Order: sequence, then C-alpha cells, then structure tokens
Amino acid sequence: MEKRVTFKGIWLPILLVFPQILITAVFFFYPAGQAIWQSLFIPDPFGLSMQFVGLGNFEFLLSDPYYRASFATTAVFSSLVTIVSMAVALYLAVLAERLIKGSGTYRTLLIWPYAVAPAVAGVLWLFMFNTRVGVVTWYLGLLGYDWNHVLNEGEAMGLVVVASAWGRISYNFLFFLAGLQAIPKSVIEAAAIDGARFWTRFRTIVFPLLSPTTFFLLVVNIIYAFFETFGVIHTITSGGPQQATTILVYKVYADGFVGQDLGSSAAQSVILLVVVSILTVVQFKFIERRVHY
Amino acid sequence: MATVSLENLKKSFGKTDVIHGVDIEIEDGEFIVIVGPSGCGKSTLLRMVAGLETVTSGEVRIGGTRVNEVEPMDRDIAMVFQNYALYPHMSVFDNMAYGLKIAKVPRAEIEARVQTAARMLQLEEYLKRRPRELSGGQRQRVAMGRAIVRKPAVFLFDEPLSNLDAKLRVQMRLEIKALQRELGVTSLYVTHDQVEAMTLADRMIVMHDGVADQVGAPLEVYANPQTAFVAGFIGSPPTNFLDAGRVGGGPAGAQVGIRPEHVRLGATGKLAATVAYAEALGAETLVHLRTEDGAAITVRQDAGEPIPAEGASLHLDWSPEHQMVFGADGRRAG
Repeated sequence: MEKRVTFKGIWLPILLVFPQILITAVFFFYPAGQAIWQSLFIPDPFGLSMQFVGLGNFEFLLSDPYYRASFATTAVFSSLVTIVSMAVALYLAVLAERLIKGSGTYRTLLIWPYAVAPAVAGVLWLFMFNTRVGVVTWYLGLLGYDWNHVLNEGEAMGLVVVASAWGRISYNFLFFLAGLQAIPKSVIEAAAIDGARFWTRFRTIVFPLLSPTTFFLLVVNIIYAFFETFGVIHTITSGGPQQATTILVYKVYADGFVGQDLGSSAAQSVILLVVVSILTVVQFKFIERRVHY
Repeated sequence: MATVSLENLKKSFGKTDVIHGVDIEIEDGEFIVIVGPSGCGKSTLLRMVAGLETVTSGEVRIGGTRVNEVEPMDRDIAMVFQNYALYPHMSVFDNMAYGLKIAKVPRAEIEARVQTAARMLQLEEYLKRRPRELSGGQRQRVAMGRAIVRKPAVFLFDEPLSNLDAKLRVQMRLEIKALQRELGVTSLYVTHDQVEAMTLADRMIVMHDGVADQVGAPLEVYANPQTAFVAGFIGSPPTNFLDAGRVGGGPAGAQVGIRPEHVRLGATGKLAATVAYAEALGAETLVHLRTEDGAAITVRQDAGEPIPAEGASLHLDWSPEHQMVFGADGRRAG
C-alpha cells in the first residue's frame, strides 16, 4: 500500500513544490521554449534581425548529410558506451558479490570514478593517450602500434567511448550489485542443487532476475551517452577528426556557438528534446510495468 | 535410495564452533527429523549434508561414499527450502522441470515425470502459472514437486512448513509424511517445532548448542529424555523442573523433572503449592502453580477432573517411576 500525505489547505503544498517548479521553469521550460521559438527563425550574422522560416531549419537539417552522419555517429557512440559500461559493470558486480574478504574496499574503489566530472575524466584519458607524451601511447609504441586518435577516426571514437564509459561503470556497478544482492540466496542454492553450474545459473536464473535492473540501466545509460558526454568529447576530440565523434549534442554546440548558426542549432535542440522525451516515456512505461517478483 | 552417515561432523565459522561433532547412521528410507531451538546448528547440519556449507572436520557419507568434497549437484539430493526458493520468472512446470532439463533428460520423460508429480501434489491445473500467482500452500507443493521429479537418493527439508499458517501446516505435515512413505526416500527434516518432530520422525535428533543431545524414536525420546534440555524441549507444556534437594533424592545441584501429565493434585503429597491460574482447554486443563520457593509448576489434568480455584493451596504428588533425575551437568542421572 502506498502511503499518502494529505494536506488540509492548498497553500502549503504549493509552497512546498514551488522551489522545484521555479527551478524547472527557469532552467528548463524557458530555454526549451526559446529553442522552439528560435528554431523557426534564421537570424542575420550580426544577430540584429530574425527572419521567420517556418520549418525551414528542420527541412534543411533532415536533408543535410552531415546531420544524418551525426545521427549515425550518435547511435554507434551511445550503443558502445552503454554496452561497454554495462558489461564491465556487470562483470565487476558478479565478482564483487562472490568476494568475501575485502569486498568493502573493492566496492569503494570501484565507486570513485563516478565522482569524477566528465570533462575532468576526458582530460585524464587525453593525458594518457596524448599522441606525443601519453603514457599509453608510449607503451603502444613499444609494441609497435602507432596510436593517433587525432588523425584516426576509429581510434578517436574508441577513446571517447572508453573515457565516457569509464565513469559510468561505477554507477552501473552499484545498481547491478544491489540487483544481485536482492536475488534470494536460496534460489541460487536451489539451482545449484538442481545441477546448474555457475554459468548455467547465471544464464537461466541470475540474468533473468536482473532484467528490471538491466532495463533501467539501459535507458539511463543511453540518455547519459546522448547528453552528458559532451564534456568528454569537447576535451578529447572536439568532435573530430572530420566530425567522426560529433554526436548530436556536440553538433548543437558546434553549429550554434562555433558556427553561429543559431536557427539550425535551436532546431537540433528541439529534435533532441523529442528524442529524450521518447526515451523518458519508454523508461517510465517499462518501469511501471516492471515485474515484481 | 541411500543411507546417510555423519561421522563426528564439526563446523566452525571462523573461531566460532557451531557444530561440535555429530554422529548418526541413517538407514535407507528412514525419516529423520532434526529438531532444536533457533541457533542450535540444525540448519547448518542439514546444509552440510546438502553441500551448501563446507565441512570443518568429520565426514558425510551418502550411500557409503564420502561426499565432503562433492558439489551439491553431484550428491543426488533434493532440498526443500523454508522460503521455497522457487524460480520466480518460470512457470510451475519449468520450476519442476529445471533440474531435469539441465540433466538433459529427454523431453517426453520430463513431461511425464512432471505430470506424475503434479498429479500427486494436486498441482495439475497450476502448471502454467508463475509462483507469485500461487498461495503459500501451493508454492510449498511446487517446492516438493521440484524435489520429487528428480528422484533423488535423499530428501532434505529445511523448515518447509514454518511459513504456512497453523491449519495448513497440519495438513501439509500429513501430506509430507504420506508422500515420504509412498516414495520411500531417505529424508532429513529440520524443524524447531517439536510437534512436527514427534509426528513425522522415524527417529529424531534433538540438537542443542551444536550437540546432538539425543537420537531416538520420538516416543522413546519423550519417555526417556537423556538430558534436562531434551526433557524441557520435547513435550508441551514442558517438563517441570524442581530442585532435587527439596523433593528428596539426587546429588547436589541435581534437578528432578516431572512431566505435567504425571503430576497429581491433592490434599496430601510431596510438595505444597498454590494455584496461580488454570487454563481450561476443553479436552484438558492446564493448572499453573507456584511452590513455596517460587518454582513454577504446570499440571495437565483431564477435563473431567474438578478445576481448582485460583489461590487454593494444594499438594503435588507423583509416582517415583515418573521422576527423572538430571545431574548438575544436565545429564540424566536416574
């Protein structure tokens, strides 16, 4: 049963939700409204006048091969970030769950990267993979591999994926660990007595029982990869080389603030807004339907 | 079918010893109940037989073969857990078939075995349901079915009825007993409920602080408890204990135990006592008294006998053959 608090008057509840509404209004509704408004105009280069173009910005965008390429890049990037961060986190969580001694230290150390801001994480990875002085680059050079993410598109994508996934592993790890611990031990024992060895147990019992957690993390990680990885991309590749790492949210910035094409940038924001709305709806729909055992 | 032998079985968690050496030879087809209060080590003992806990020292043998280092899945056992431990994402059918599928039993045979078990347990119409769509009693049956279909050599039950309400518990108790008789599979059954122990067991092991205080047939244990703990734990209401010095007989520090049904109330007797209150239960009446030095005594009398008034002064008497003397160490002395 859900517990509900009942208020006598109307003013106290209004007062209580007011700060949140205010913050949402100032930092979300107002900018979002501005973006929608601006997406219908093309400003002149000096920002002195605006010309109404209707859906012209959107028409142009959808026929722009660079924008379509950015969609593809975003799909590849967010899939990779999600898969890498979730797979590694699940693996570590399974190990942590089996650990008896020192599990506290292990968990604490694993959670640390989550505290590092994406931009800082980007700089850390950039240092390690710097084409001239990076320590990893140097070791790769010893092995005869010439690392250069500034020129090589695949390497650039690999690096931003790793840097973005790294901090995310901690977050996913926490959820997976909690999910694993919520599975009754006796169910695992029953499966062991039924003859299932570790891998069979994982495949037929543990993973299906983790599916609510997995689905939740899937959506949350995709949203993360779509939006919050801006800092990583900005510090490491700035969207290059040749736009190979220009994901949608980076293109909004690049076209708007670097290219000064504010109308197109606003239109891109609106498209992203629609994408994230769909993702959120999907997330809530499934979380509501989430199986309760 | 198999025999199970425990030989000087010990278990420690770190520096804490929880089982101090248990010995028992269980015959093929025997129903053994391990009974004791919480924390006496009875579940740990069962889990060692299952292979879910390592053996610190001693030996577990199933069918004459040492299984200390054998994985649970290779011990040819099946276990019913207290919380049933059903696979929540599988149907009742898949729950029962899980072990057989892993053992790569042919599809047709899996179908046949599950159907047979389901019929035996009246689960046929629920085979497509998920565990959460079943009542407690039905889940309990599914857990039993999962154990039965595998045709194991030994059944292990870890307090299987303690999550059920009282009425269902009595019903399932009878069903478990009937099922075990029918299948003839050697069974170990852990419970803290002495009624379950008395009614189910061919032989019972009374555990206390990691020691098997007594092993024997239920009535024999009841009639002839070997320690003060067993006398107090088996039987409800429990055995009355009196200072041996006061009722004549027994060494220093010894206690005399008399079961409530063996005490007679009357005008004369061995000991004076005051009636505190009486509980009339219909078929019988429990009279609670207090002796002069404050010891509490319970007397069970038939419903036909007069119920003494509260505050009445009476005397307690009993025949010498019903008197059980326990030494200062708790062991039976006479």
